[in-house]
Amino acid sequence: MDQSAAAPPGAPLLLVEGLTVRLPVEGAQRAVLRDVGLSISPGEAVGLVGESGSGKSMTARAIDRLLPRGAQVAGTISYDGTDVMSLSGAAMRRYRNQVAMIFQDPRAHVNPVRRVGDFMTEALRTNLGVQPAEAATRAADMLGQVGIADGRRRLRQYPHELSGGMLQRVMIATALLTEPKLLLADEPTTALDVTTQAEVMAILDDLRREFGLAMLFITHDLELAAAICDRTAVMYAGQIVEVRQSALLHDDPLHPYTAALAAARPDIAQTAPRLAAIPGRPLSAFEAPEEECAFAPRCPHVRDICRAETPELVGLNGGLSRCARAIELRGQLTPAHAPDGGSDG
Amino acid sequence: MAEAIAVQPDAATAGPVLEVAGLRKEFGELVAVDDVSFSVPQATSLAIVGESGSGKTTIARMIVGLERPTAGTITACGADRSAPARSARDRRRRGSEVQIVFQDPYTSLDPRQTAEATVDEVLRLHHGWPRDRRRARIAELTELVGLDGRQARALPRALSGGQRQRVAIARALAAEPRVLILDESVAALDVSIQAQVLNLLADIRDSTGVTYVLISHDLAVVRQLTDDVIVLHRGVVVERGATASVLDDPQHEYTKRLRASVPRPGWRPRRGALLGAGEEASG
Repeated sequence: MDQSAAAPPGAPLLLVEGLTVRLPVEGAQRAVLRDVGLSISPGEAVGLVGESGSGKSMTARAIDRLLPRGAQVAGTISYDGTDVMSLSGAAMRRYRNQVAMIFQDPRAHVNPVRRVGDFMTEALRTNLGVQPAEAATRAADMLGQVGIADGRRRLRQYPHELSGGMLQRVMIATALLTEPKLLLADEPTTALDVTTQAEVMAILDDLRREFGLAMLFITHDLELAAAICDRTAVMYAGQIVEVRQSALLHDDPLHPYTAALAAARPDIAQTAPRLAAIPGRPLSAFEAPEEECAFAPRCPHVRDICRAETPELVGLNGGLSRCARAIELRGQLTPAHAPDGGSDG
Repeated sequence: MAEAIAVQPDAATAGPVLEVAGLRKEFGELVAVDDVSFSVPQATSLAIVGESGSGKTTIARMIVGLERPTAGTITACGADRSAPARSARDRRRRGSEVQIVFQDPYTSLDPRQTAEATVDEVLRLHHGWPRDRRRARIAELTELVGLDGRQARALPRALSGGQRQRVAIARALAAEPRVLILDESVAALDVSIQAQVLNLLADIRDSTGVTYVLISHDLAVVRQLTDDVIVLHRGVVVERGATASVLDDPQHEYTKRLRASVPRPGWRPRRGALLGAGEEASG
């Protein structure tokens, strides 16, 4: 199990190994995830960062068994020692209560003609057999936890009566009602204003710690992931290319893609003469080269060895990197150490 | 190539290329924009910063003529544009002064038009050039925004978000505007593509002298691309100044809050810290 290098000791709550997913696109089966491995310990927050098409949302969907029809899945996903892929019926519903998901656009995931209280309490009433009055009391209390006063009144409202930030807090409260152990959060603040994002993140962070909840936090924002997650995994073209302690990700990356992503982002504190853009565009798993490093076509550090085979995810300095030159490039990936990437010219 | 697209110098270059005074917009009871004034000198960039509902997009829509101001004046290249255009000719003239690039490249292009046809239509309409001259300019413009030949002949559905946004920029530049309004134009792009488009916009400004008005909620993008900034809160300008000094040393409470909300190394979101007292208190 090559995750051990970057995972904390103890039995993981969630363990994903060798996850490969293919989806039917225009008649052909195309890879969207390739050999994804991930572990999350109880109470741990893990970030999953990548650009569009990198497979980060698909990973969360695979974990919650929400893949589209016709998906071919290889590899294993185990939750608390149970094989997730074999679950069905009541066991599947129990699993979904344990592993709750919140999405980027809450409005796309609520029925607009059902009241807030109705969808908030649905899982409690139908899956856990809680009486409606009791379910409503718990829902109103949970709204208080996410900073929404007057919960009883809110339960009678419709989604359109709430702002985006408030609706996302309702979704968080809904997810927490079934007392899950793991939260899959897929870009939950991307659609929100920056001050609202800060507030929602604070609530999420607080409650996660209070309830001892583990979290897989999916985002395109490296800095947001670094700020709230213990470890962060970086995805590119359907693969995990780096796993790192979040605190080290920005200043001491192990993979050239992580370094390039951090360098491409404009800085609020200074104007760059020119941004360090990554040439080309992000590739999906099925577009990327197969028998070589997927990032090779865009990488400033590419050598023949990178084209020889797909690099393995290997342990390095307490993290993991899927780069054939990772050891060699150690300490040379950030601008402070390699101005203009000059030493690598 | 760059010179060929340069803005024609004329008498108006001396003063501000865009001036807005006492601008106000009411939607029924709601005052979306309240007494907003600013002026933008030629070849500089102004950012309008604010959150959803702050009125920033409404200002952009009034400048390009998609909304009519309730009060106030808008002057571009010395000509008033506060009232609707009275003729097709007047509308074309306004189009050659100010163009806009919208946020979502997936809805702002005609799905049946290739990039070349999209640019060609604007060239025909605005300049009335013969086919050969249009073809030459299409090649220049698509190259300027970094589209290759295959992409230039492709329909939008075959292009990525970043490529579509380049088409939208090429289309806007085809009218040779003096002012380009960028309404969250890089917000939907992936980080690596966003950097390419921001560099491209800086290059275009250097080579053509075009003036940008950047509507954005992203303070890092604002820092990278603009000289001056106005901060809008509930339709009112709460702070203005040089971008660097406003971001490094914000004076207004709201600007401070915006600045403090941006994730950065060592940032920890704290409940209630960013909001005033009231229902949001932790509990």
